[in-house]
Amino acid sequence: MRYEAPERVETAVSLLSGERGLARILAGGTDLLVQLKSGMVEPDLIVDIKKIPEMRRIGAENGGFRIGAAVPSAELSEHPGIRALWPGVVEAAGLIGSTQIQGRATIVGNLCNASPAADSVPAMIVAGAIATVAGPQGRRELPVEAIAAGPGQTSLAKGELVISIFLPGRPPRSGDAYLRFIPRTEMDIAVVGVGVSLTLGEDGLCTAARVALGAVAVRALLVDEAADALIGTAVDEAALERLAAAASAACRPIDDKRGTKEFRIKVAGVLARRAAETALERARRN
Amino acid sequence: MPRDDVTAETRQSFTKVGTRPLRPDGVDKVTGRARFGADMAAPGMLIGKVLRSPHAHARIRSIDTSKAEALPGVKAVVTRDDFANRTDELRDILVNVMAREKALYEGHAVAAVAAVSAAVARKALRLIEVDYELLPHVIDVEEAMRPDSVLLHDDMFTAGVDPVPDQPSNVAKRCEFGHGEVEKGFAEADIVIERSFRTEASHQGYIEPHACLASVGADGQGELWCCTQGHFMVRDTCAALLGMDVSRLRVIASEIGGGFGGKTTVFIEPVALTLSRKAGRPVKLVMTRDEVFRASGPTASTSVWVRIGVTKDGRITAGEAVLKYQGGAFAGSPVEPGAMTAFACYDLENVRAIGYDVVTNRPKQAAYRAPGAPMAAFAVESVVAELADRIGMDPIEFRLKNASREGTRSAYGPTFGPIGLVETLKAAKAHPHYSAPLGNNQGRGVASGFWFNFGGQTCVSLNINIDGTVGLAVGTPDIGGSRASMCLMAAEELGIEYDRVRVIVADTSSLGFNDVTDGSRVTFASGMATIQAARDAVKKLCARAARMWDIPEDAVVWEGGYAKPAGANAGDFQPLSLRDIAAAAAKTGGPIAGHWEFNAENAGPSFATHIVDAEVDPETGRTSILRYTVVQDAGKAVHPSYVEGQFQGGAAQGIGWALNEEYIYGADGKLQNPGFLDYRMPVASDLPMIDTVIVEVPNPGHPYGVRGVGETSIVPPLAAVANAVSAAAGVRLTSLPMSPPKILAALEAEKGAQAAE
Repeated sequence: MRYEAPERVETAVSLLSGERGLARILAGGTDLLVQLKSGMVEPDLIVDIKKIPEMRRIGAENGGFRIGAAVPSAELSEHPGIRALWPGVVEAAGLIGSTQIQGRATIVGNLCNASPAADSVPAMIVAGAIATVAGPQGRRELPVEAIAAGPGQTSLAKGELVISIFLPGRPPRSGDAYLRFIPRTEMDIAVVGVGVSLTLGEDGLCTAARVALGAVAVRALLVDEAADALIGTAVDEAALERLAAAASAACRPIDDKRGTKEFRIKVAGVLARRAAETALERARRN
Repeated sequence: MPRDDVTAETRQSFTKVGTRPLRPDGVDKVTGRARFGADMAAPGMLIGKVLRSPHAHARIRSIDTSKAEALPGVKAVVTRDDFANRTDELRDILVNVMAREKALYEGHAVAAVAAVSAAVARKALRLIEVDYELLPHVIDVEEAMRPDSVLLHDDMFTAGVDPVPDQPSNVAKRCEFGHGEVEKGFAEADIVIERSFRTEASHQGYIEPHACLASVGADGQGELWCCTQGHFMVRDTCAALLGMDVSRLRVIASEIGGGFGGKTTVFIEPVALTLSRKAGRPVKLVMTRDEVFRASGPTASTSVWVRIGVTKDGRITAGEAVLKYQGGAFAGSPVEPGAMTAFACYDLENVRAIGYDVVTNRPKQAAYRAPGAPMAAFAVESVVAELADRIGMDPIEFRLKNASREGTRSAYGPTFGPIGLVETLKAAKAHPHYSAPLGNNQGRGVASGFWFNFGGQTCVSLNINIDGTVGLAVGTPDIGGSRASMCLMAAEELGIEYDRVRVIVADTSSLGFNDVTDGSRVTFASGMATIQAARDAVKKLCARAARMWDIPEDAVVWEGGYAKPAGANAGDFQPLSLRDIAAAAAKTGGPIAGHWEFNAENAGPSFATHIVDAEVDPETGRTSILRYTVVQDAGKAVHPSYVEGQFQGGAAQGIGWALNEEYIYGADGKLQNPGFLDYRMPVASDLPMIDTVIVEVPNPGHPYGVRGVGETSIVPPLAAVANAVSAAAGVRLTSLPMSPPKILAALEAEKGAQAAE
């Protein structure tokens, strides 16, 4: 097993595309090292991206923020600008693992690990986050919801890696929130996760909304029907009822050790409603 | 035989006992200097790894180790062929340590290697070829009891049934306890409630995986360093399995990162010794967490049926229970203590408890804190709560009305001596927690619990050093702060300061036999031996003083740490301190030491009553524990902080067992959650500060009145939490763990039932 720690994106790309065997990217290592230890993977090449300066930066850009792929979650939690703009994304990143884990774990790693239960992914999806992908053919941009293909599978081609996430700016009277269900209070994996982002007009009616669900299908789902239940309404009781019903209806969960199908379907609706209420409250304050 | 020279009178006043000094092992533990099982190394040491069955049940046709043996760096490979077969009482332990004809559960050890590195050892495991013939398996206790079930052992005929059955089954044993006539009792009842309950297997969840370092020399002498609750047990078992003289094996107990009963047997130790003997080099073997879950000893899963009858004015007329416990692939589930303890809190004229010990394709269970009792209490105390509710009586009043007290003939036979159940109930009722207001979706639960406690074989040595400090050697590994308690008791007897006593857990070659640290026995039994060893030393100290003064020995008394003339007639001498006498020892007869060895009896049982408030989210079924109070009888709390720690620890483990912990099996009979991510023990933020009240009803069987406290604390929580959750949710929960999907399903079913009415 070879370990490389390049200092430029282009070097990382050529290492990854040149490897004939199994290559894995190491950022925080909170998924990869566990997989290595348990014998789940035996890569021929590990490319550590933490030495690449542009991967380590958070930068302001067009009213939003660009977050490098090797920036740990804890830095998001300590970033006043991102906390103010996308509190839902920060609270999702702040739920990954534990305080110690968040000192290492990255939201790009969370995205590319492609677990259906990844906490930061529904939050990023509703934020309209854009992933910048570098590869042998150069750079391209993709909405984050297009990265995961299924459990443990991404849509990235050989030699490609996500180098940053762009969280866009947003209009006034906008708010977002992320909620997950776990039986405990922390150190757990989402049984259901829900992200909601919405914007209110001057009249208080919802002009735009996005709703995404985690852990209820093979990958995080962007649910337009759930968003439509909010758009054009005052996000009142009736709208929240429709939102909950649409969120539940979109679930395609499995029965497993973490929860039953019925449980996930019911709780997705409950959390969608609760997340929307928090997002609404935040929008009214902005 | 009980020794009549053990002081029967209970001491009343103390200067050291009851204070809260720092534990002697504390600094080492918080600085990382303490050495646990995996912290030991030896020159030339090899790394051992175990190959485990991937199947829940399979016949092992053959094992080919030739490729593994040929791998460079591999120094030994062992299989069933390296262990002599047995037909005695160690047979099950042997077969559990290394599979013979069949792999009986997923994770069952099939072979092991010792190699120059972990990487080589892992590679070698992959080169071992095992030819399995897959067999159908059974995981559930009720299914295993069916006449048409898959059989684990074709030579298992249910014991305790007359006549002995002529067909083999998975029921190893039937047992029955009780007295009176239950049917007559139920006929006298105004209200009878019967219900069935289920609990899932839980694991002790000790933070330190099993680990050992074994070294057997060319002369056949062996040393074993390991984390265990009982190194004498490890020595005797390993020596027998390896065919060694007991004297040729020395076992040293490392610091231990939790045991809770799970480290009262052997798993990897005989394997490491066999590998070392074969390789001629020391072998270190450390389980992974995955192996701990799959292949150590979780507790039983159970199915319990309970029926209790009461009169309208709150008198229990009869109690009956049928308990079915599966304890994994071998006989020995804790159903017997379950059946014995089920009704121990109640003074009943008519009572019967029947137990079935059942085998399934799961790892062989090991003891877990009050083995068998929490599940029985869950069932009985749930029905008791429901009955109190039905007759409109306060649940503590109801328990007080029926409580066991001194003179009660216990449901399992003996008549209780002085016990503290009534005192715990009264203290619970008076506690501000019990009358605090509750909010929406919140409920309060109460439950009581009992554990026998144990004494056992114990040997202690106490050495007076030249400077008047004291070295104390005990043979019981310290899993709950016992070293601090030993120092306190020695200091109390000798009249010296706490920090002038240093205590070690001595190895198996340094002391006579000691039973394992179990049955909440250490502060009681090793404590009593320490007191007696100190008194033995005091006699000798007085004799030395007599010699120094040249007066008769019986003219010297020991008071407040000094030898003094017994009275004016004895002569006029300045009192001699322990230090003075120790300094002169070389001139007065040589070293001074006290000893005590005995088989401790009369361990007083401990009772507890717990109060818990829970809130249930009606939309998600998620439970939050809001407040928890443990009230328990300690007899005499030697070190109150560590008594409180035992109370809190038992409650914390019980809460986890009640709410989320469970062994989850797939249809393939394989464990699906062998890690702390999906085996959900409570994390710190899941629990409120657990409040404690120490009740002290002295145990007449101990010179200070001590009762063991370690186990009783896990008996009430399953029921207390179930009673709180049921009250909060408005529906009776009868199946553990009360995970959110289960609670939500129960709430939906209740809603459906209400809508139908």
